[in-house]
Amino acid sequence: MTREELRTMAMKEQEKRAAFRCRLLVCYSSPCLSSGAEAVYKALLAAVQERNLDAEVDVTRTGCVGPCSRGPLVTVRRQGCEDVIYQHVTPEFVVQILEKHVLENEPLMENVLPGDLPFFAKQLKVVLANSASLDPESLESYVSMGGFTALAKVLEEMTPEQVVEEIKKSGLRGRGGGGFPTGLKWDLVRKALGEKKYIVANGDEGDPGAYMDRTTMESDPFLVLEGMAIAAYAVGADQGYFYVRAEYPLAAERLAKAIKKAEKAEILGNRIFGSSFNFRVDIRLGAGAFVCGEETGLLTSIMGRRGQPYPRPPFPANSGLWGSPTLINNVETFGNIAPIINRGGDWYAGIGTEKSKGTKIFALAGEINNTGLIEVPMGITLREVVYEIGGGIPGGAGFKAAQTGGPSGGCIPADYLDTPIDYENLAALGSIMGSGGLVIMNDRSCMVDVARFFMDFCRDESCGKCIPCRVGTSQMLGLLEKICNGSAVMEDLEKLRELAEMVQETSLCGLGFTSPNPTLSTLRYFRDEYESHIRDRKCPVGVCVMNEVPLRELVAELPRRIRAGAKSSLPGKGR
Amino acid sequence: MGADKSLITSHAVSKKEGSVITSQTTGAALKREAEGRSRTGAPGAGSGGSSAAAGVDSPYIQIDRALKRCQYSQDALIEILHTAQETFGYLSEDTMTYIAHELKLPLSWVYGVTSFYHHFNLKPQGEHSCNICMGTACFVKRAGEIVETLEREFQVKAGETTADGKFSINIVRCLGNCGLAPMVIMDGKVHARQTSESMLEECRKVLKG
Repeated sequence: MTREELRTMAMKEQEKRAAFRCRLLVCYSSPCLSSGAEAVYKALLAAVQERNLDAEVDVTRTGCVGPCSRGPLVTVRRQGCEDVIYQHVTPEFVVQILEKHVLENEPLMENVLPGDLPFFAKQLKVVLANSASLDPESLESYVSMGGFTALAKVLEEMTPEQVVEEIKKSGLRGRGGGGFPTGLKWDLVRKALGEKKYIVANGDEGDPGAYMDRTTMESDPFLVLEGMAIAAYAVGADQGYFYVRAEYPLAAERLAKAIKKAEKAEILGNRIFGSSFNFRVDIRLGAGAFVCGEETGLLTSIMGRRGQPYPRPPFPANSGLWGSPTLINNVETFGNIAPIINRGGDWYAGIGTEKSKGTKIFALAGEINNTGLIEVPMGITLREVVYEIGGGIPGGAGFKAAQTGGPSGGCIPADYLDTPIDYENLAALGSIMGSGGLVIMNDRSCMVDVARFFMDFCRDESCGKCIPCRVGTSQMLGLLEKICNGSAVMEDLEKLRELAEMVQETSLCGLGFTSPNPTLSTLRYFRDEYESHIRDRKCPVGVCVMNEVPLRELVAELPRRIRAGAKSSLPGKGR
Repeated sequence: MGADKSLITSHAVSKKEGSVITSQTTGAALKREAEGRSRTGAPGAGSGGSSAAAGVDSPYIQIDRALKRCQYSQDALIEILHTAQETFGYLSEDTMTYIAHELKLPLSWVYGVTSFYHHFNLKPQGEHSCNICMGTACFVKRAGEIVETLEREFQVKAGETTADGKFSINIVRCLGNCGLAPMVIMDGKVHARQTSESMLEECRKVLKG
């Protein structure tokens, strides 16, 4: 493939598309699929064929549109008209859309997503810019939207140094959660000594409550591959690994297809775009271990071993896969690369706040009206996200907290709704940016129970290599369970805080030293709830079942229980 | 509510047709032995002679293919285990022994990897399995109540199978469908936005057949 051929391919596809009278785009990402998008697509396809409209009406399966709670979504795109998005589409309704809106040009009134919905108006899409209009399984579709032009540009016009400079200029920071400057990381790997270098895309999105990477992989797999290829050129690597969670079979399937198609078109493989640059990508499936999202854990997992992290230094930039310099970036980070190259680092640096540039994808979930996937500029406030994009809390309930960063993050209370979201501000609030899960809780959530939930998760997922994490999480969970079942005393709170700080300081990897975050942040902002659990033996929202007593009161309690004929008079392990 | 089979049925990725090379003879004896003991009870590849011919009846034929595809590289252990679990539904000691032998790894190493990852089952699963997502969004939307209800109704703890081997309940960590929480995957079929009652009804329906 040459640059000229790429242009021809794009033009051909654009012409093909322009020939259609109307295009119907069916969202085919996981959330819409689980609400029945497949049946809708089949019904639509059958209806189009029945009416012999194949040449006039195009039916395309696309990536994620965004408002997942309103799926299945179907977009009607006519030339010269604004897009109309229908929500909660059923196989019967989609035929109506075809008959009325497409054939008679009378848009239906029901189930239309309002065009001026703040959900869309407040967003700024860079990574997901094309996801709602392209077919993730078609190379032509990606190329027609300017795909692989960045890679071609890099290979023909730029030196690796210039690429790294451009990324540095953009101010892009790692989207996996840590926020390490991407350009700096690339520079480290580029300068590292080693004949063989590797690129790794981290698609092991283990954070419960987050699905940005899944959607990026499912909606625009070529974009991520292009980002990887540019990174490979910049650091001098010729082999890439794409590490995908086993829980995301659709993402893995689409990536595998994308790699195959790109290889066939000679966009991946040897002598890409006629240059001397070679790059191959292989997929590695995870097997359900949260700790493999940690970079050193992920590297050991790619090498087929137990995914246990190892101490750094040496950093993967110097000694990663099989001892060779390895560049490891999150999927979303790679998704940002092609737009930066195409539009320039300065353009990207113009978005966001002083220290956090660009946009960030968040998965909005929990007790909120519009759940779904959003891409917003850094520096947007939590209030805008919750009340404008998210449409507020359902059922008139009050906002209690926003949980960011999953088990490594914290809970942000209502007082801080006006804080601009960026790496520094979230860290100052005791949370982290994380990969971008944003779970909203209303006043029916017990914060102690939430802390217990995350601690249970971390204890379960601790790899067991270092003692602070293995034993510490277990002990902290014990204390939290005591608080939840009513057998804790006031001293336990101090013990919990001390233990949390110790684990934070002494653990080996990211999982360990961030695992106390949910506990510490809830202790900081919702201490009264903890105290009410202990002092009054009462869960303020009535979630926890408080059927135990503190050990020192057991002497008085036991005879009463025996008299009452309780089956088990001894305190159990709680829930 | 709806079906998304691809979400759970297949973990197979990139099934490139590997070049056909005859399988290594080193593992032939052990392979025959393991075949004899295998739970599928396939005939013990009596023909001997070429092990490629033995592979035809071997219960491990899928594993052999995966091994060839990865050129018996020890780094591909997780891939091989994925293939084995897809084939048998779980990883028995025999299967692990076979893989360890073929990859020339100690059995302890293979077991170590298998037990480290949640995705791999060491025990056979029930005829029907119900995977309840317990990610943050599902937790906030009270997936815990669904688990409790099902545990009570079917007298089985999460992560275990009923005594008659018919029904397993598993808690899984985030399946990445948080917009439609709480979600449950019942025999590969995705059920979004569930309540205890709707799930109980669904389980009863599935178990009745």
